[in-house]
Amino acid sequence: MVLNILKKRFYQLILVAWGVGTLTFILMRSLPGDMAYRIAASRYGQDNVNSLAAELVRQELNLDQDWFSSYFHWLLNLIQFDLGNSLVSGLPVIETVQHQLGHSLLLAGSGIALSLLVALPLGTWSAVKGGLINSILVWVSTVTRAMPVFILGLLLILLLSIHWQLLPVAGFSTWQHLVLPSITLAISLAAISNRVVHNSVGKVLRSSFYQFSRVKGLSETQTFIHHGVRNMAVPIVAFVGIQLVSVIEGIVMIESLFSWPGIGHGLAHAIFARDIPVIQGCALMMGILFVLLNSIIDLMCYWIDPRGQQEK
Amino acid sequence: MTELSYAAIAKKKQLKRGALFATLFIIVLLLVSHFMETDKVGTGLTANKSNTLSISGPWEISSLDPANQGYILTRMQVIETLLNVDNKGNIQAGLATQWHNSDDGLTWQFTLREDVVFHDGSHLDAYSVVNALNHATNKHGTLTKAAVTSIDVLAENKIEIILAKPYTSFAALLTNYSNAILSPASYDSTGKVKTLHGSGAYQMDSFSPPHQLTVKQFDNYWGQKASIPFATYLTGHRAESRLLQAKSGEADIVFTLDPSMLSQLKDNDQVTVYSHLIPRTLFIKLNNQHALLKDIKVRQALSMAINRTAIANNVLHSPDSETAQLMPSSMSKWFIEGINNNPYDLNKARNLLASLGWVVDSSGLLKRDGVPFNLTMITYADRPELTVVATAIQAQWAELGITLKVDVTNSSMIPAGHKDGSLQMALIARNFGFIADPLPIISSDFTHGGGDWGTMNWHNTLVDKAINELLITKDEQRSLVLTQQVAKAIYQDTPLLPIASYSQHTSVNKRVENFTFDPFERDYFINQMGLK
Repeated sequence: MVLNILKKRFYQLILVAWGVGTLTFILMRSLPGDMAYRIAASRYGQDNVNSLAAELVRQELNLDQDWFSSYFHWLLNLIQFDLGNSLVSGLPVIETVQHQLGHSLLLAGSGIALSLLVALPLGTWSAVKGGLINSILVWVSTVTRAMPVFILGLLLILLLSIHWQLLPVAGFSTWQHLVLPSITLAISLAAISNRVVHNSVGKVLRSSFYQFSRVKGLSETQTFIHHGVRNMAVPIVAFVGIQLVSVIEGIVMIESLFSWPGIGHGLAHAIFARDIPVIQGCALMMGILFVLLNSIIDLMCYWIDPRGQQEK
Repeated sequence: MTELSYAAIAKKKQLKRGALFATLFIIVLLLVSHFMETDKVGTGLTANKSNTLSISGPWEISSLDPANQGYILTRMQVIETLLNVDNKGNIQAGLATQWHNSDDGLTWQFTLREDVVFHDGSHLDAYSVVNALNHATNKHGTLTKAAVTSIDVLAENKIEIILAKPYTSFAALLTNYSNAILSPASYDSTGKVKTLHGSGAYQMDSFSPPHQLTVKQFDNYWGQKASIPFATYLTGHRAESRLLQAKSGEADIVFTLDPSMLSQLKDNDQVTVYSHLIPRTLFIKLNNQHALLKDIKVRQALSMAINRTAIANNVLHSPDSETAQLMPSSMSKWFIEGINNNPYDLNKARNLLASLGWVVDSSGLLKRDGVPFNLTMITYADRPELTVVATAIQAQWAELGITLKVDVTNSSMIPAGHKDGSLQMALIARNFGFIADPLPIISSDFTHGGGDWGTMNWHNTLVDKAINELLITKDEQRSLVLTQQVAKAIYQDTPLLPIASYSQHTSVNKRVENFTFDPFERDYFINQMGLK
């Protein structure tokens, strides 16, 4: 069964790598505006971008080359695991992506871990207690989620960096720099995941098998550990996995606010600069990561509850 | 028979799980540390808050090639040019101590400083300078403005540059960062910069493109040695982040603060805010052949409908920065004395437009023969105040009944729109201090129909002639007459609409001593500063 999952995911991985790269290539080439000017602006700065610079870039990068040749060239390089060089910095794409992806994974991982530390107890508590506590938590979660993550980040900076001067505002060179963006991300994520935990726990607590285990004489703790946790875990793990994928790709605002060199921010800048090799490299890595994370989630879910896969 | 117990099995399972999670954790840690490795150059003393000057600005640095974002490298004092410029725009000695132009204006000779050591330990000589300048001529930079025929070694400490035609501002071209002198070991065989070895007061320590650059003091610097061991530059993309970095004391110096946020630093006793007028002008580039803009009266009316004083006071928060001419007063040769900086007169503007048949209809829209006066102005977000000024102009012109669409896009759309003729108007902040002398910029952007960042489809033979003469004349008096001619022609013909001189707002933490601002934005003068 596990081998089947892995085999299926491997085929998916090849398809995703080709599909994402091809789609990115087509989309980027279809965008309006002259690529040479965009690249020149990012390369030489706003004060020094002009038609001469654009012409130089066009010649150097052979931008007049037809679509098919460029695509074929890219595909050939991809087969040799060569993502090429950035059109703006001239640095190998793999180095840029490694640097950015490492920071994104670190931020996403710590954000998710912190969010679980908040969401798991809160969600469980509200499911067990219900009533007023649950209502208050629904309100707090809704308000937090409705607030743009950018505002949340600013509020935390004002409190923790300006007022109490505990943490740095922006940057990435020390572990302290990771704390504020992680907390911001965690609060934003926990606002939703605590509701998923609440639902999952609530469903299990109300189930007949859970009631039965209490009736047959197990204590509350024993019932929770032996009959609750595994059953509650599947939807939570699946949801957290999806959150992790979306967080790696979509925390541009947090990265931008905290000057964190993540892949979301890098991708956004590469799109503005029409830095196609970097865009393709980022998209490719994200696609691969998506498949890998989904595979890990599948395996975890299978490990927690093999019945799910057997049913499929 | 082996005795089995549920507890033993459970314990074994727990151990297995623990080992699995520990392995996973270690793998993740290794992956992350591998991903996060930065390009460390050198070892030894490490940077920390007490020994590092922290600078924040909005500009990214993605390459160490001086031709690309060399402006950050000269500001951080890693690289140097043959000639420098003082705060009044006068050319000063740099890596060259003397320079001489022949009578025919075609030959330039430079005597090099003798005690200069590059960061890789090699010595600066004529060969290394010729090598660096030859690489610069093959890249995008200012040297292409002059017709350079050859760059040769005359002696161990002397070089000669031959031009195909005279270019009086050639010395000014050499002050630009794109012509920085690097050690020969910095380049690979194709001329790309692989490892940066400059000659400045600071050398590279670490580089994490495009966000961070850390430099450390260079002990063998030929000039004033730095007293602050490290300096770091961090890109702060958002104006809010930069302000908060200044407020919290995390960044010692923060450049390009958003004017609307300056009040937040007013009561902060840890920070001093400096506002310096720099040779950068905010103006609206106009397509002078556009059907709505080709009549000078329309352009004058548009100019009169802009309340520049209100924009300077309320949007830019820089009183007295409003201007109706291209150059700031610091560029005295190009500055016209005694003109009204705010020719705001809405009634006069209405009458001018009415004389051309433009009338306001019942819905408040300006129309002629049923055709509304609609225009699109593009601008870019690299400088935070541009979009706000654009919307202020949109509101002010709406009072005339003009519908202005503001399109915030990439700055490259301006030269691209200029080239393909699609541009209607653009709000830009042009740096006339990019080269010490504004003449090279004026000559390429304001003559023969205009240039990417200057006039568009505007022809003035008087200006063309004057600029051609300016490029070759060495007579200072004649040069002054000609520059004034050009400045007045641009002012009178209104081929573009100047709005305000640009103010650079900088916050400096009280722990920084001897902060000096360079109006030409070439140097942060870190080697002259100290930390309390």
